[in-house]
Amino acid sequence: MKSDPIDALLPPATVAAMLAALYLVFVGVPSDAVQGPVQRIFYVHMSMWLATFTSFAIVGLASVLYLHRRSPRWDNLGRAAAELGLLFCTLGLATGCIWGKPIWGTWWTWDPRLTLTLILWMIYAAYLLLRTLAIEPTQGATLAAILGVSGVVDLYLINRAVYWWRGIHPAVIVDRQGNSGLSDPLMRLTLLVCMLAFFLLFLWLLRLRLRAARLQDTVDDLRAELANA
Amino acid sequence: MLAILWKDLRIELRTKETLAALLLLGLLTLVVLSFAFDPTSALREAAAPGVLWMAVIFAGTLGMNRSLLREREADCLQGLLLAPVDRGSIYLAKTAGNFLVMVAAQLVLVPIFVFFFNLPLWLTAVRLTPVVLLGLLGFAAVGTMFAAVSLRTRAREVMLPLLMLPLAAPLIIAGIQASTALMAGQPFADVAHWLNLLVAFDAVFLVVGWMAFEYVVEE
Repeated sequence: MKSDPIDALLPPATVAAMLAALYLVFVGVPSDAVQGPVQRIFYVHMSMWLATFTSFAIVGLASVLYLHRRSPRWDNLGRAAAELGLLFCTLGLATGCIWGKPIWGTWWTWDPRLTLTLILWMIYAAYLLLRTLAIEPTQGATLAAILGVSGVVDLYLINRAVYWWRGIHPAVIVDRQGNSGLSDPLMRLTLLVCMLAFFLLFLWLLRLRLRAARLQDTVDDLRAELANA
Repeated sequence: MLAILWKDLRIELRTKETLAALLLLGLLTLVVLSFAFDPTSALREAAAPGVLWMAVIFAGTLGMNRSLLREREADCLQGLLLAPVDRGSIYLAKTAGNFLVMVAAQLVLVPIFVFFFNLPLWLTAVRLTPVVLLGLLGFAAVGTMFAAVSLRTRAREVMLPLLMLPLAAPLIIAGIQASTALMAGQPFADVAHWLNLLVAFDAVFLVVGWMAFEYVVEE
């Protein structure tokens, strides 16, 4: 496998950004005046959502492209992104719960954003299940792509839901009055570095997963060739 | 397209099997879910619209599976696909068929629901009609497409609710919220956003189904 400059740069960049993020979150940034140290998990929580929504957007895009072009490349991308999206979505929900227990007094509330995120989680779990349960693999890819496209519609509805239902999920970055919840500039910096670190991690994992999928395809092709010979 | 719809409706009218199953299952859901609430409490009244929607959902999921399984049993789907019609039209016909069967089931279920939950019949019926119709249309749109998808998988009975219910969640929430508000006597203007959401859901999934059905049924 030929080495790509991106593949060479991503791991060290991720590690460096992650160390900086860890330092800022645990040492650098001041504690929230009201919430105390618990608020520090927000930086990780927010970063999970960036990775989650990016990967689900990729799933949607890859699904459309797969239905259009029928290239296994797009199918591989869709599956890799769905797996990572599910991972980051799970971690995002988990970090949210850990924050919610001391602050809201409960692990879980049926706030619309939480609810729809859980639904999103289930859609992508079904997306991965659909592939393994399809009678033929190529058909599974097509069917999953259809679900992937449908899932994007729900992604949009999640966004609408926040404004329509007016739940108790805090709008941290910019609230309705246009005020930012992150008053300290160091807090903003921490959030940015943390998001960057997890986004790099996400990209790195995505590339690794894609490479694994490509190798798997090569192995399958070789096996088919051997069987025919 | 009308021919397919007419064929499905005629089968249904002759056998009445899906309709009967839908009705019984809907009724059963109403009764079983009533056990979950103290029959005299105020909670029951608040939960009533939710119970109705659960009945719709359970019965609908089963009916949807039936409508496409029937095509498969005698390889009729093959025949349909060979016919010189657009695949999207087959989808629309199937959706319309499922929609009409579910509406027919509701015509009986809603009065039973009113009876069991001691609600004013005409008021409830008139106020709930637009919400239920919009909900059923979206449910038929999403269900028909994913019933066809789940036909192509190994665990097809399990797969349909697994695929459809998460996607239908906005519809279910909007349906229940709008019904609850309407039955509490709020004006239609208060639930306009829910009705808009239902309309948007219906439109989006009818279009997605119409466009994607070709990929679902291809060999």
